Amino acid sequence: MNLHEYQAKALLAGFKVPVAAGLVINHPAQAADDQLPDSLDNHWVLKAQIHSGARGKAGGVLVADSPDDVRAKAAQLLGRTLVTVQTGPAGLPVHQILVEPASHIARELYLAMTIDRQAQRVVVIASQQGGMDIEQVSAEYPDAILRLYINPTVGLMGYQARRLGFALGLTDVALKQFPALLRGVYDAFIAHDMDLIEINPLAITNEGNLLAVDAKIAIDGNAAYRQKALFAARDVTQEDPTEVAAQASGLNYISLTGEIACMVNGAGLAMATMDLIQSAGGSPANFLDVGGGTSTEKVAAAFKLILANPRVTAILVNIFGGIVRCDLIANGIIAAAHEVGLTLPTVVRLEGTNAAEGRRLLAESGLNLIAENDLAAAAARVVALSNGVAA
Amino acid sequence: MSILINQQTRVICQGFTGKQGTFHSEQAIAYGTNFVGGVTPGKGGQRHLDRPVFDTVHDAVRETAATASMIYVPAAFAADAILEAADAGIEVIACITEGIPVLDMLNVKAVLASDYPEVRLIGPNCPGLITPGECKIGIMPGAIHLPGKIGIVSRSGTLTYEAVAQTTAAGLGQSTCVGIGGDPIHGMDFIDCLSLFADDPHTEAVIMVGEIGGNAEEEAAHFIKEQFNKPVVAYIAGATAPTGKRMGHAGAVISGGRGSAEDKFRTLQAAGVHIVRDPTTMGRKMAELLGTIRA
Repeated sequence: MNLHEYQAKALLAGFKVPVAAGLVINHPAQAADDQLPDSLDNHWVLKAQIHSGARGKAGGVLVADSPDDVRAKAAQLLGRTLVTVQTGPAGLPVHQILVEPASHIARELYLAMTIDRQAQRVVVIASQQGGMDIEQVSAEYPDAILRLYINPTVGLMGYQARRLGFALGLTDVALKQFPALLRGVYDAFIAHDMDLIEINPLAITNEGNLLAVDAKIAIDGNAAYRQKALFAARDVTQEDPTEVAAQASGLNYISLTGEIACMVNGAGLAMATMDLIQSAGGSPANFLDVGGGTSTEKVAAAFKLILANPRVTAILVNIFGGIVRCDLIANGIIAAAHEVGLTLPTVVRLEGTNAAEGRRLLAESGLNLIAENDLAAAAARVVALSNGVAA
Repeated sequence: MSILINQQTRVICQGFTGKQGTFHSEQAIAYGTNFVGGVTPGKGGQRHLDRPVFDTVHDAVRETAATASMIYVPAAFAADAILEAADAGIEVIACITEGIPVLDMLNVKAVLASDYPEVRLIGPNCPGLITPGECKIGIMPGAIHLPGKIGIVSRSGTLTYEAVAQTTAAGLGQSTCVGIGGDPIHGMDFIDCLSLFADDPHTEAVIMVGEIGGNAEEEAAHFIKEQFNKPVVAYIAGATAPTGKRMGHAGAVISGGRGSAEDKFRTLQAAGVHIVRDPTTMGRKMAELLGTIRA
């Protein structure tokens, strides 16, 4: 789950990481003169709060030179939909703006922490090339990326923080501030079950102080049970509505751009089913894993999600029955199909215990359900049906 | 022959009296697994499924000489359960539980590496492992398996079943099947399993099922090229998955342009692995390689 920049900064401030004083508004009038954070030179930055980077290039970051200008620019930005290189063509809605005093930056650094799967450690990634996309830095200056790995038994050590501070070319006050800042970021990472924290840029101001100018945080979804406050503040307007509805039903759904919907038990098999649809000449409309214990309720919820997508022309259901008997699954599919009024051509591939009985039930259901036992044949069939070829 | 588990393996279940633990313990017993008891704190001294229940894994090991455990406790307690099993001397731990916070697994792996380096952890978020006809530890359907000569190692549950069903249909059967799980930080990896399959005389060839995300398949490719001499067939799920989206499994995400199916296919092929891009042909490809059917 992603946090907004203002949420990330509030969290970091709690760990004594320096961030600018900010004001979050969802209406221009909230940027009243006496509410605005102090600005030494009467300049403020307005930053659209959306779950995406590259906001500046998309017009999501504006500079204002008076309180009136803050309100005028806020009126321009609020309610807009921003399309960035990361959002996809639909873009994301701007419901909130973070207003901060403009900072005066002498140097920009990059600092991030994430889990390194290979090392099985939290890794700190840092670079003197701040303000740039880290992927771009990685491509253009691979030697400029510094990494350090943290042993969870002892946590971040002082020598590690000092070494990194020197390696980043810090001097004077910033060099002295850096170990405490890194400690704060690491403590926040651990305390809040982060998958990722990225501070880009981490600035050195004209006065020589460190300042987290932007912050992106993603929280481990598996830790929702112990990060209740953060998950309660989740902004679902920044997420795909179908994916949000799927999660509420205990389903794993990801929207794709094609026209053949699929419903599968198991994440790996669901991906494999998408791959087969593509190699049969079709294009998958979604990834959908209904999980191991497939109930009628779950299948019905899954059909509803699929049918809410107007692009869908045909459906492939692929269930490897395993321990759950296929005749029970077939009955669940039939009941769910009746419940949602399923009319789109639907190919069902059932494999596992009692598969033959399951296929017989489907064939006799009177619904537009086409049973296949071979997965490759099922993929070819659903592509043909999607193209309007009669079953 | 097999790897990790066989007829002699003495199996317990942690989370024994819960719904999942009960169901899958029943299935394991019905399959003929040497199932010696289970653990549910506070229910020690009771009997469940005609097996003894213990308060602690240490008690269970002392009384039953258990050597393997399957874990079905809720995610919030899974890290604790894994380390309890390790501390009690369990050799093979299969953690079926899904949804464990990644930082918990980070800590578990660090403790296992420092204090219990001999322990074999499988999972979490995995179907478990099975030596057909001998020992079933996990949630896989026993009936689709056939004792035989193909080792299977997979990051995905239901795709493992596909590989199993196909090798059963081809008459090849399986030596041992290991579902290593879909989480980013997990126990045994492809290389650990391949090393054991290399030394198992009854494993003639291996099917490897990978998916997008991370670089475990690339590392396995390097290992295979350098030192694995048995034929390997590999499939990677997720060729159509978009960048930056987690495809169900926490570990299945293409990030920063790395971890794509295409990269993995290419690296595996360059290492001499027989790749299949159609997951319905894993068994057929293997049968062709072993000469039991003609290409």
